[in-house]
Amino acid sequence: MATATTEPARAVRGAMTPLPYRVVRKRRENHDNWTLELEPVDEAIEPIGPGQFTMLYAFGVGEVPISTSGDLERDGTTLVHTIRAVGAVTNALCAAGAGDILGVRGPFGNTWPVDAACGRDLVVVGGGVGLPPLRPIVYHALRHRADFERVVVLYGGRTPDDLLFRRELDRWRGRLDGNVDVTVDAAGRDWTGKVGVVTKLIPQAAFDPETAVCYVVGPEIMMRFTARALIDRGVTPDRIWISMERTMRCGVGLCGHCQLGPTLICRDGPVYRLDELAPLLEVPEL
Amino acid sequence: MRTLDALIVESPVFRGLKQDQLDLVAGCASNVTFDAGERLFGEGDPADTFYLVRHGIVAVDTYVPNRGQLTIETAGPGEIVGWSWLVPPYRWHFTGRAVEAVRAVQFDGACLRRKCEEDPLLGYDLLTRFAQVLVSRLEATHFQLMDVYGDRHD
Repeated sequence: MATATTEPARAVRGAMTPLPYRVVRKRRENHDNWTLELEPVDEAIEPIGPGQFTMLYAFGVGEVPISTSGDLERDGTTLVHTIRAVGAVTNALCAAGAGDILGVRGPFGNTWPVDAACGRDLVVVGGGVGLPPLRPIVYHALRHRADFERVVVLYGGRTPDDLLFRRELDRWRGRLDGNVDVTVDAAGRDWTGKVGVVTKLIPQAAFDPETAVCYVVGPEIMMRFTARALIDRGVTPDRIWISMERTMRCGVGLCGHCQLGPTLICRDGPVYRLDELAPLLEVPEL
Repeated sequence: MRTLDALIVESPVFRGLKQDQLDLVAGCASNVTFDAGERLFGEGDPADTFYLVRHGIVAVDTYVPNRGQLTIETAGPGEIVGWSWLVPPYRWHFTGRAVEAVRAVQFDGACLRRKCEEDPLLGYDLLTRFAQVLVSRLEATHFQLMDVYGDRHD
C-alpha cells in the first residue's frame, strides 16, 4: 500500500515569508464560495501537490490555510484555490479582485496518495466545501483514465444552493460513465436531484469494496460517518484516506495550533490513512 | 419480464426472504407507475401502502410555513418508501411525490399486517427488516440535524 508523503515541500527557512501573488481570475462558485487563480508576481512557491495547502495572506487582515483545488498538471505556477467566505480573512480573500495582490506561503503538508488507486476503483467522497481539496484527484484520474478502473465521485451538500462546481459535476458524470452522484441535506421542490445525507450514496455506488481506494474530505463528523458507511460496505480502513482540517497557523509544525494528539496536521498531514488516525478522532478532548 | 417475486427479493430489504414468505409478501404486491409530479400519498392520509422503488426518484415532502414545500429525503431504485403502514395510527407523516417518472412495486400494508398476525414468524422477520430501514432513517436524520456543513468562522 502506498503511503502519503511526509516531507513538507518547503524547508522551514523562508517558509514564514509570504510571496506576492496576483489574482488573475476570480469565479463565483455559489453564494459564499469563490475560486481564485493566482500567479506569482516574481518568485513562485514550489509546485503544489494534490492535497497540499498554502497559507493565503490578505495583507493587514490575516492568513488562512486553503487547499489547492486546481488541475495541477495544467496549472503550472498558477495557484487555484476555492475559498468559502465565512470570516474576516476569507471574506477579505474573496473580496480580492483581478489585479489585487495576496501573500502566499507554502506549499505545506503531504499529498494524496493517488497512485494507491492505480488498477483499482477510485472513490472520492466530498461533503460541503470538502470537494475542492478532492478536485485535483478527479482531474488526475480524468487525465490518466486508463490507470484506474471505475472512478466514482460522491458529493453531499447542505442545500442545492450550497453545492460547488455544479456544471463541472455534470461534465464529470458524462466522462465517468455516470458514476457521479450528488445529494443535499434539504431542498425545495425545484430540486430534482437526491435529498439525504452523503452516506446514503455509498451502499449503491458502483465500486468494488474489496479493492477500491477511497478519498474523503468534509467536516470531521461527516468523515467519521462516511468512513463507517464505507467500512459497512466492505472497504478496509487501510484503503480509506481522509484530509484533516484544524486551526493551522505556521504551516511548518512549529506553533502547535494544529496538534491532534501526537501528530501535527500541518506537518504530518493533512492527509491520513484512516486506520492511522481513527483512534484519535474518537477522543473528545482532541 | 421479471416476476414480482424476483423484483421483491432483489431489493436489499427483502433479500434472503424464504420462498414461502416471499409468496406471502408478493401476494400483497402489485406493479404501479407514476408520472413526474404525481403524488403517491399525502400527509395525514391513511397509510395502507408502501413502495419499493424500481426506477426513478420519489421525494418525501412536508409543508413548512413561510418556506413552502421542503423535501426531507428522496428514495431511488431498490429503496423502500413508507413505514407508516407498520405502526398505528397508520397515517402518512409526509407527502410522497414522483420527482421523475417512477416505476415501483406497491404493497398493500393492511394485507401484509393481516398475514403477519396470522404468521408471527413472517411478522418478526418483516419487523426486523423494517427496523433496519427505520434505524438507517434515524441515523440519517441525526446526521442532517447536526447541520455539519453549517458556517464555521476563521
